[in-house]
Amino acid sequence: MSKFRKKKKGMPAVNTAALPDIVFMLLFFFMVTTTMRETDLKIDAPRLPSATEVKKLEHKSLVSTIYVGKAKDPKYGNSYNRIQLNDKIGTAEDVPAFIINARSKVSEAEVPFMTTSIKADKESSVGTITDIRLKLRDVNALKISYSASKGSGN
Amino acid sequence: MARRENPEINAGSMADIAFLLLIFFLVTTTMNVDSGVSKKLSEKPPPDYVPPVIKEKNIFEVNINRNNELLVEGERMNVKDLKDAAIAFIDNGGGEGKVENGVATGPCNYCQGQKDPKSSDHPNKAIISVQSDRLTEYGTYLKVQNELLRAYSELRNRLSLQKYKIPFPELEEAYKDDKENETLKKKVEDIKTSYPQIISDAEPTN
Repeated sequence: MSKFRKKKKGMPAVNTAALPDIVFMLLFFFMVTTTMRETDLKIDAPRLPSATEVKKLEHKSLVSTIYVGKAKDPKYGNSYNRIQLNDKIGTAEDVPAFIINARSKVSEAEVPFMTTSIKADKESSVGTITDIRLKLRDVNALKISYSASKGSGN
Repeated sequence: MARRENPEINAGSMADIAFLLLIFFLVTTTMNVDSGVSKKLSEKPPPDYVPPVIKEKNIFEVNINRNNELLVEGERMNVKDLKDAAIAFIDNGGGEGKVENGVATGPCNYCQGQKDPKSSDHPNKAIISVQSDRLTEYGTYLKVQNELLRAYSELRNRLSLQKYKIPFPELEEAYKDDKENETLKKKVEDIKTSYPQIISDAEPTN
């Protein structure tokens, strides 16, 4: 009888054994959806200009990005006009090869939808951007997007 | 002797560890929403291409010098006034529109501008030409582009509200969600052709 009474005493603790499972599930979800930056920047992260009329870039696989900014490596000088293509610093002359290389990775039907995103620093000069643009026009990569953060624009 | 079985390992703090990891990933995850001002470049003209003669009044000239100052139609201007100046120019509607596929668009009947004969004839003839110096800062250049695009979107939005009682961004959004819808498509195309974005980038000066 005494044994019986003992059991009834006190509330049984809520079983929290499944809690780690739930949390791990969330953890794995975030681990899987996290995308790491695929190219490491050879230039300082560009301080993007802000604009109001921005459009989101869709279809990430069709976007090739050209970075323009100040090189981290001091041997390239400290102007804001260094161009990074893939993972090395190049010049505007290398742009056509970069685009053709990017094109070879997608199917032919998707080529007209390819967009080139130019991520340039606020202090880069228009001349550099124009050089890139002329090269892009040479290889018929006509869709471009000037990367900008959405902001007041003023 | 007192304990026969192994005592169970306390798994209570396991959740804490997992939470810690979870929060770490939450914080470091950057949902890289890449956004930008999109632009379509013109195709490379053939070598023997002769540019068409365009009337002076249909060109809105914007110059940016190397000190990031703005010269609009020969006058100095602040970036914040550019949008209104561009709207006044595009929306002027002082004459006949261009002939498209053999159909003359005639005078602009939706324009609310001054109808000044010295300014642009029709939105589809109004060309905005941006010329910058090679040493102009990119930030300024993009700001100017952005202001010009804002002028267009304001006009498109106004026309869309007037014609279809719906803001243009919403109309576009609706079309994007329902690509098959012919009436929506027609509406979007109609607004877009009413105010086509004609912004040309002139070769920069040195």
